[in-house]
Amino acid sequence: MRYAAIVIGGGPAGMAAACAVKESEKVLIIEREARLGGILKQCVHDGFGVIRFGEKLSGPEYADRFIEEVYARKNIDVKVLTFVTSIEKENGYYRVSTTSGAGIETHEGENLILANGCRERTARQVNIHGTRPAGLMTAGTAQNLVNLLGVNPAKRCVILGSGDIGLIMARRLTLEGSQVLGVYEAKSSPSGLQRNLQQCLYDFGIPLHLKKTVTLVHGRDRVEGVTVADVDDGMLPIAGTEEYIPCDALIVSVGLIPENELAEKLGVAMDAKTKGPIVDQYMMTTLDGVYSVGNALHVHDLVDYVSEVSETAGKDVGRRKERATIEVLSRGLGYIVPQRIDVKNLEEKTTYYFRTARETGKAKLTVTVNGVEIYSKKYSALRPPEAERVSIKHLLKAGDELKFVLEEDDGGKA
Amino acid sequence: MAERLETICIVCPNGCRLTAVRKGNVIEVSGNKCPRGITYAEAEMTAPKRSFTGTVASVFKEMPVVPVRTAGEVDKAKILEIAARTREILLTRAYAAGEVAEENVCGTGVALIVTTDMRKVTGRTEEL
Ligand SMILES: Cc1cc2nc3c(=O)[nH]c(=O)nc-3n(C[C@H](O)[C@H](O)[C@H](O)COP(=O)(O)OP(=O)(O)OC[C@H]3O[C@@H](n4cnc5c(N)ncnc54)[C@H](O)[C@@H]3O)c2cc1C
Ligand code: SF4
Repeated sequence: MRYAAIVIGGGPAGMAAACAVKESEKVLIIEREARLGGILKQCVHDGFGVIRFGEKLSGPEYADRFIEEVYARKNIDVKVLTFVTSIEKENGYYRVSTTSGAGIETHEGENLILANGCRERTARQVNIHGTRPAGLMTAGTAQNLVNLLGVNPAKRCVILGSGDIGLIMARRLTLEGSQVLGVYEAKSSPSGLQRNLQQCLYDFGIPLHLKKTVTLVHGRDRVEGVTVADVDDGMLPIAGTEEYIPCDALIVSVGLIPENELAEKLGVAMDAKTKGPIVDQYMMTTLDGVYSVGNALHVHDLVDYVSEVSETAGKDVGRRKERATIEVLSRGLGYIVPQRIDVKNLEEKTTYYFRTARETGKAKLTVTVNGVEIYSKKYSALRPPEAERVSIKHLLKAGDELKFVLEEDDGGKA
Repeated sequence: MAERLETICIVCPNGCRLTAVRKGNVIEVSGNKCPRGITYAEAEMTAPKRSFTGTVASVFKEMPVVPVRTAGEVDKAKILEIAARTREILLTRAYAAGEVAEENVCGTGVALIVTTDMRKVTGRTEEL
C-alpha cells in the first residue's frame, strides 16, 4: 500500500502533522521508541500548552492530548519501535526503509514529513579537556535518566551552559535531593528563558556564573571534579582564574541542533543558519512532497509553536499544485523561517519565525516588498535565545523582492 | 515583609521583568505586559506560590517512575518538603491521567496528581 504521507518521528511535531492531514488520506507514523510523545515524555515539568490550550500542562499531558487524537483517527497507522534507516526518492513517491523487531521493511509514501526532532550538542563540541568519565552527560541524558528511568546520576553536580534544559535539570536534581553547585555560562548573558532563570535557579538559590566556563574534567572512570575559569570576550579561558570544584557529575546544556542526516542524504537543501532544511510557508523543502517540521526544521522554544507549524505541513499534504517560490531576504536576523515563499499559493496571512542576530535594546522590524514598506513591528528588547513570531498579510508575485530588516532604534543595525 | 521586589514573571513564556513596590496598603507593579503579572508580583510580595512537578516510583518495569504534579499551586516554602515526600511514594496500580496519587500532599490542601495515563503504557488496570 502506498501512503499519502509517511511521518518520520512520533513526537509533538509528527503527531500534529499527521492529525492535520485530511481524513481521506492514509498516513503512517514511524517512531523508533516504544511510545509516541518524543521528548515530551521526559519533560515532566509544566509550562507546555499555555498558548495553545490556555493551560499550564506538563510535557506528558501535552503529548497525551495528541496521542489520543492519533489513535482515534482511522486514517493514521502507527509503527513504534521502528527505526528509519534510509529514504529513497522514486518516481513520484518516496521509499522509506526501516528496521524493527519485524526485521527490515520498506514503506511507500507520496509525501514525507520529516519530524525527527533535534539532538543536543555534547561536551565534545565545546572545548573541554580531560577524559570522558561516567558522570559527564548532556542535560537531556540526565533528564531521561531521572524522569523516565528513575535513576539519579548526579548527587553533587556542576552545570555547564545556561540552556533551558540545563536550567530545568538544575531544579529537577535539586528536588531529587541533589546538590547543584552552580550553572556556568561562557557568554555574558544566559541562553535560557527568563522565567526559567527565576523558577529553576533563583527560587532555589542556585548560582548562575556568567563569563565562566569549565576547562577541565577530573577523574578517570568517574567525574571527581571540574576546573572552572573566567573567559575573555573571545570566550577563551583566562590563565590564573582557575578554580577546582569537587563534584560527581558535569551536566552539559550548550544547545540543540536539528537532526537532519536523513534529509541531507535525500538531497534536501539546508540552511546553514538554522541547520535545518530550507522550506516554504507550508514547510515544504526544496524536494517536492518532502516537508520538515518541529525541531528538525529549527529549534523551537515552545512546543505550542511546534504543533502549529506541523499542522501547516499536514494540511498541505495532497495539495500538490504548481508552485513558484521567491527567497526571503533578511538583514540583522540570526535566521528566519520560512526561507522562501510559494507566491502561487499565498494564503491570507503568512507566519514567520525569526531570531535576532544579537541582543538588542529597542528595535524595529521592517518588511518591504520591492523596497516598499508593508509591515513593521517594534520591540522593547530582543535576545537570540527567544524566537519571535510575526503573522503578515502580503501580496506577492514571482520576481518580487521580499526583505526583512531588523534595526536597533538608535539607527544602528541590530 | 519586603518593600521592593525585582523579579521575573513566570506565568507565561514572555518572562516580563517586574518591579513591585509597597506603597502603604497597595503594591504598585510595573514591567508587566498583562494583568496576570500584577497578580503574580503581589503574591510574590506576600505569599509566593508555585506548582510542583516531578515523579514518583511505580512497581511497573515499563514505567519505573511516573510524572506527577500538584493539582494547583502551593506555598513556595512547601516545595522541597513535597519533593522529599514524592521520593517515598510508590504506585502499585496503573493510574489514569489526572488521578490523585496523594490527597492534601504535605498538608497543603492540594492533591498530587499523576500526569500520564499509566494504563496505556503498562497495558494493565489491576493491582500488581
Ligand atoms: C532534552 C530536551 C529537552 C527539552 N525540553 C523542552 C522543554 O522543557 N520545553 C519545550 O518547550 N521544549 C523542550 N525541548 C524542545 C522539544 O524538543 C520540543 O519542544 C518538542 O519536543 C519538539 O518536538 P519534535 O516532535 O520536533 O521533536 P521530538 O520531541 O524530539 O520528537 C522526535 C521523534 O522522532 C523520533 N525519531 C528520530 N529519528 C528517528 C528515526 N530515524 N526513525 C524513527 N523515529 C525517529 C524520536 O524518537 C522522537 O520521538 C527539549 C528538547 C530536548 C532535546
Ligand atoms: S506579565 Fe503577563 S505577559 Fe508578562 S510574563 Fe507575566 S503573564 Fe506573561
